Amino acid sequence: MSVKLSNVSKSYSGKKAVDKISFEVGKGEILGFLGPNGAGKTTTMKMITCYLAQDEGEISVCGLDTKISQQDIANHIGYLPEHNPLYKDLYVKEYLYFVAGIYKIKDKTKVINNLIDKTGIGKERNKRINQLSKGYRQRVGLAQAIINDPDVLILDEPTSGLDPNQLIDIRNLIKELGAEKTVIFSTHIMQEVQALCDRVTIINDGKLIVDESIDSLRSHLSGDNVVTIRFESRIDIEDLKDKIQNIEISVIENSSYRISSQDGIELNAKLFDYAVSNSNRIIEMKSSTLSVEEIFQKLTLQN
Amino acid sequence: MFSIYKKEINSFFSSLIGYIVAGVFLVFMGLLMWLFVDTSILEDNYATIDQLFSLAPMIFIFLVPAVTMKSFADEFKDGTYELLAVYPIQEWKIVLAKFLANGTLILIILLPTLVYVYSVYQLGSPRGNLDLGAIAGSYFGLFLVALVFVSIGLFSSALTTNQIIAFALGSFLSFFLLWAFQFISTLPIFYGQFDDLVQKLGINYHYSSISRGVIDSRDVIYFLSVIIFLLFSCMVVLEKRKG
Repeated sequence: MSVKLSNVSKSYSGKKAVDKISFEVGKGEILGFLGPNGAGKTTTMKMITCYLAQDEGEISVCGLDTKISQQDIANHIGYLPEHNPLYKDLYVKEYLYFVAGIYKIKDKTKVINNLIDKTGIGKERNKRINQLSKGYRQRVGLAQAIINDPDVLILDEPTSGLDPNQLIDIRNLIKELGAEKTVIFSTHIMQEVQALCDRVTIINDGKLIVDESIDSLRSHLSGDNVVTIRFESRIDIEDLKDKIQNIEISVIENSSYRISSQDGIELNAKLFDYAVSNSNRIIEMKSSTLSVEEIFQKLTLQN
Repeated sequence: MFSIYKKEINSFFSSLIGYIVAGVFLVFMGLLMWLFVDTSILEDNYATIDQLFSLAPMIFIFLVPAVTMKSFADEFKDGTYELLAVYPIQEWKIVLAKFLANGTLILIILLPTLVYVYSVYQLGSPRGNLDLGAIAGSYFGLFLVALVFVSIGLFSSALTTNQIIAFALGSFLSFFLLWAFQFISTLPIFYGQFDDLVQKLGINYHYSSISRGVIDSRDVIYFLSVIIFLLFSCMVVLEKRKG
């Protein structure tokens, strides 16, 4: 495993920010790290990068212990912190040369030119960082994170504040990087998780509440049995509940309902039978699954 | 380490503040040494530049913290320290690189004052009647004072995210270390018994000694010890600030 956390805890002034978290991420995997503000995502990421030391538990990155091998781990990790801190008085190329110098990269010019092409900052390469738009600054932030060709990439809200076009560009870049590297990234944009991630980890109040693949999480929570249905006329909800056991019904509007079942029953077929027996035609029926956004709300509010 | 050193130097000269700080120092020194009657070399009738070495530490109390104030305060304010700490470079190398860079900047600011040496050398009667050995010793002492102030400035800058606070704290601590022990030694509790010992804790005692042109290893060890202590304290503060 590229990154492994075992029972990791961290407290600030006696308050637990991270509470016995354990998870693993393998090579070529993109892990979406979700949680409400203040849940402990950034603290966890900072511990993986060795910026913060955990109070309890163990973290290993590429088989190296974060408490012992910080300098070695630094060579395996690329990090884009929240708010993308950059030296704004430096020029783009000057900044990248500075970072390359710290990593002691040998052929700096070649590496930086490749990086500039990869992140699409070519036409802005000779500008000062404070003259760049937010999207380009984000690209520069990503460029510094991958300059050492890291095995593990930690990205803390890499797409926050970007316009839709920039968002798609950055997402594509992350997807491309994720093919060969381990990527852990946090975000508030749920569609992003659905579009990019292989797995999702949800953290709330410092505790890990979900660590599953997106598909299994969705089926786990919805049971693949959520139906949105519109009848010709209103139905008697109690009557339907009598006929089909263990279902939940919520009214969307007029004769439209959202019906979910916890059992593994053929909900569509049962609803069809119900409509026939009550001579109430079905105008529209759609099976749906919960979006990650709904799952996130459901889990974090529950906890 | 050299990358950080180079970046610090470039950052200083890419901002207007750098030139203003250097310019103000040189204009102020020029006025004091050549124009103002009370301190002017021309009024003194002696071929020395002692005025430079007695006035410069006073100006350094404000100049050096102005140069160092953003070193760590800005890094913490902008969040760039987080990245720096994650890069494969040890903390002591970051502190040392910043110390050397700021020391170099002070040296660069100090270099134009060699014009005063040349001027007095030419104005002396007979020409060249100047104790260059004593001047070299004084420059060395002045530079050591500046380096102590740089380490104070870095320590102050590591304590806060606000440049103004870093500047004020740096100036106060520099003033304290330069002169306060001199004043404290005159207190009745120390006077006559430990006043010499208390004076030795301050910079002024050792600076005066070196300024006479005698480079005593005890003075050099004092300066180096203070610098190492402050840089180490700076590292401790940086480690604590990470949380």
